[in-house]
Amino acid sequence: MTAVTDRQRLAYVNTQASEARVNVELQTEDMTLNLGPQHPATHGTLRVVAKLDGEQVVDADVVCGYMHRGYEKLTEVRTYPQVTTLINRIDWLSSFANEVPFILAAEKLMEIEAPPRAQYIRTLFFEMARIANIGLFLGEMALQVGALTPAFYAFRDREFVLNQIEAATGGRFHPNYDRLGGLKDDLPKGWIAETQAVMKRIREFCDELEGLVAGNIIFERRCRGVGVIPAEIGKAFGVSGANIRASGVDWDLRRDEASPLVWKDLDWKVWTHPDGDSFARYWVRLQEVRESTFMVDQMLEGLPAGSIQAKVPRIIKVPAGEAWVHTENPLGEMGFYIVSQGGLGPFRCKIRSASFNNVSVLPWLLKGTYVPDIITILASLYFILGDIDR
Amino acid sequence: MLAVSMPYWFETLIKTVVVLGVIPTMALMLGYVFLMKMMSHMQSRLGPMDAGPHGVLQLVADGVKFLQKEDLTPANADKWVFAAAPLLVLISTFLLYVVVPAGPRLVVQDLDVGIFFALAVSSISVIGVLMAGWASANKYSLLGALRAAGQLIAYELPLVLAVIGVVIQAGTMSLQGIVRAQQHGAIFGFGNLGEPFILTQVVGFFLFLIASQAELTQTPFDMPVAESELVAGYMTEYSGFRFLFFFMGEFGTAAALSAIAATLYLGGWYIPGVHGLAADVLGPVVLITKMMLVAFLIFWVRFTYPRFREDQLQAFAWKYLIPLALANIMVTGILKVAF
Repeated sequence: MTAVTDRQRLAYVNTQASEARVNVELQTEDMTLNLGPQHPATHGTLRVVAKLDGEQVVDADVVCGYMHRGYEKLTEVRTYPQVTTLINRIDWLSSFANEVPFILAAEKLMEIEAPPRAQYIRTLFFEMARIANIGLFLGEMALQVGALTPAFYAFRDREFVLNQIEAATGGRFHPNYDRLGGLKDDLPKGWIAETQAVMKRIREFCDELEGLVAGNIIFERRCRGVGVIPAEIGKAFGVSGANIRASGVDWDLRRDEASPLVWKDLDWKVWTHPDGDSFARYWVRLQEVRESTFMVDQMLEGLPAGSIQAKVPRIIKVPAGEAWVHTENPLGEMGFYIVSQGGLGPFRCKIRSASFNNVSVLPWLLKGTYVPDIITILASLYFILGDIDR
Repeated sequence: MLAVSMPYWFETLIKTVVVLGVIPTMALMLGYVFLMKMMSHMQSRLGPMDAGPHGVLQLVADGVKFLQKEDLTPANADKWVFAAAPLLVLISTFLLYVVVPAGPRLVVQDLDVGIFFALAVSSISVIGVLMAGWASANKYSLLGALRAAGQLIAYELPLVLAVIGVVIQAGTMSLQGIVRAQQHGAIFGFGNLGEPFILTQVVGFFLFLIASQAELTQTPFDMPVAESELVAGYMTEYSGFRFLFFFMGEFGTAAALSAIAATLYLGGWYIPGVHGLAADVLGPVVLITKMMLVAFLIFWVRFTYPRFREDQLQAFAWKYLIPLALANIMVTGILKVAF
């Protein structure tokens, strides 16, 4: 009798099993496609585990946290002026817009208010950060749908905005410009005229992309009716920003929330779109960038004179208490909930960032779509990985 | 017939060497002029500038770089099939050049069924692509390969149907014969100018361009290699020289299909008033100029448009291109009989 090794026995069992499977019925298996954490469409380290039947998505799961940097915890061991350095890096494409709600929350606790000129300049850079951020999206989305050229146009024209931000703040990506009770510096000489020229340029860029991308029939075919978020579903998942406005919800914190910033003084419009699909999200963002350039123009004209810094103590201690401030950031609602116990830094700081809630709708949204649509939907939801994982 | 009679083996050797030299040159030329320079200038940037004057030698440098790269084979790959796939793609490209005439006597083999042969061998590359996708043991590769197969089958048909219009007009399938037919046509009575078929087959020309765009898997039909979805499709797992084979296959085929389009619709190597030995000398230059014109159109579209979705692509082929091609054949046939 020949000795049968375990391996041979296992091989025999496997053959029997596979034959049995074939004989019972012709069963097809779902394929699990792992998009990310390193995939060109997830611009960063988001991971989407999609179960596919052919090219159709049966089930999708979003895994995040590959870039978690523990910012909420880190704020607890830093003083208030130091924290802005950290939160610059949450949504790294519009860093200045991150600083503002945090500083506003701290100012609320200290019961101080920055002078009007500082508020104007804050709002100015807030909107410029929006232009820099969403301007890139306008090209990036086209890139995800397959057109290479608009992405380069977006990088080219965003550069002018970044140059202006750098000229005034000293930082291209991470300005770290906002201070408790005011700003780091005043605007440099000649900056206003230059910025007006840049805003004109950005409007030309918007017109160009409106024809090149939004007006392209292939782009429209790829995006219309793809990834529709109904208003109710969007609200239930906490989707915010342009994503929810594209679903027809007229909700913009710049207008709806009382804020020391100067949006209420400006003449502007909240853009919405009734469709809620990927094309609507692109279209709403395109209009918002254009609207922002007009807002910047208005602020440059109405810039009041005066100081840019309120009087604050040399060593900043924030009185005990709790404060919540949220603003309409380029990606959506961003809020800071600060708990202070009277120390040099926050006792606890909860960061509500827009992208985390925006991508939470993905498992619901991706069911039943096709693989190319995953990419369109991911691109049109527009998230920044730093904003998801913090 | 060549003026000096040579032994068969010697003639074959010369032809082989010429073809082996021509294809990489064509691929490099297209890669440099369009992929690197034209695309860069369209995107308001300069592109590579350092290797050679204006970056001319960049692709040569890239080729050397590819030679130095590690030749990776995934652990689960089907090794033989994985290795054979790029070769098969390249063979399909090489065979295309066999029938393209570059002058009255400058053709590797003037087959009677020239255009038929060209379209037949161009579809061999599908097998290579499928092999590459399957053997890579990678889901992205597999999806890319399946897309490529579906796409190439769908677009083979309009490609063939578009050509039939030319074949009806010329009355021959030999590419040399088609060039000659375009020499003797007449426009408004000016017989010596010749009649490039683009004047009568303009629908066929654009059908051919669209279908060859899909055949080359270039944007807007680049789903098989869609970078933002499938990383690099069937090429994902390839590196080093094998990847270079795919690259050469892609651009070599682009050059070949452009040359075939130039031959079918723009008169090939022929320009009015040049005959005999002068045509042999000038022919390649004329053909390459016309080829670059056609390739410019193909690449222009590539850098401008977003890509279709797979189902939209199939619908476009079956609902629009094929009926249009059939109508073109019918009209051409009726007019041919009538005049």
